[in-house]
Amino acid sequence: MSMRQTKLWSWHVIAGVVLLVLVGLHMAIMHLNGILNLVGYNPAGEDPIAWENVVFRAQQVTFMIVYILVLAAGLFHGLYGTRTILFELNPSPGVRTLITTVFLILGIGLFIFGSWAAIAARSTALALMQ
Amino acid sequence: MPEKITYPNRLGLKGWVVGGRWGVERYLFILHRLTGLGLVLYFLMHIVVTSSRALGVAWWERAMGAVSGGVFTIGEFLIVVGFAFHAANGIRLVLIELGWLTGKAEEPIYPYKSSLNVQRPFMIVMMILAAVVIVMGGLELFAH
Repeated sequence: MSMRQTKLWSWHVIAGVVLLVLVGLHMAIMHLNGILNLVGYNPAGEDPIAWENVVFRAQQVTFMIVYILVLAAGLFHGLYGTRTILFELNPSPGVRTLITTVFLILGIGLFIFGSWAAIAARSTALALMQ
Repeated sequence: MPEKITYPNRLGLKGWVVGGRWGVERYLFILHRLTGLGLVLYFLMHIVVTSSRALGVAWWERAMGAVSGGVFTIGEFLIVVGFAFHAANGIRLVLIELGWLTGKAEEPIYPYKSSLNVQRPFMIVMMILAAVVIVMGGLELFAH
């Protein structure tokens, strides 16, 4: 494994730990909020996807930063992991380059789109709160 | 120029799935990959669907309406299952990678100690943790 691949693998592990904490929090708020009684994050009732609860979370700068961090860590961890699995099938150098290029474009594109959504959702939420 | 070393993937996809007589960790490896691939696929779609919140209540409710109820509830539960397993097994893998669950190197004196003696009890604890989260997720989705 080259030095570059070792560094990328280390980032893969670090991104995994970041996801463990942040997605763990996300899963608790969105999927276990009733059982864990996390009323503070869903003040408009138990349904976490009710628009009022979405607005409440979206207007907070902490949530916006967490969403963007989850995007970065999730896209890198997921796409690098998938690339590693595909490379084990021993594809030709041309196919390897193609896989890397497609995943890079997909990852950067979705990161820009998702970050825009997190920032725009905060603006929308703040406008509604006024 | 050094000769390029290649390792033929003799078993192909079958090599991923069939663990043979290896230990239970070999099957956790398969499950880690399967859940990982499922979570990536879900995450990519999740980014697109949840981005509708930026466009206001009408877009949000239309998007949520399109992915709610029936088969999507079962899908949501599978995501909780996948996440719980992938996260718990991931903790084990990171601790092994850092050498914290492999034990210290020592002189081999009979009866030999295996690194499995250290990580296997931890693996069982992690699988119990995953099972607890899965049960809680199931109760939240189907009974709460």
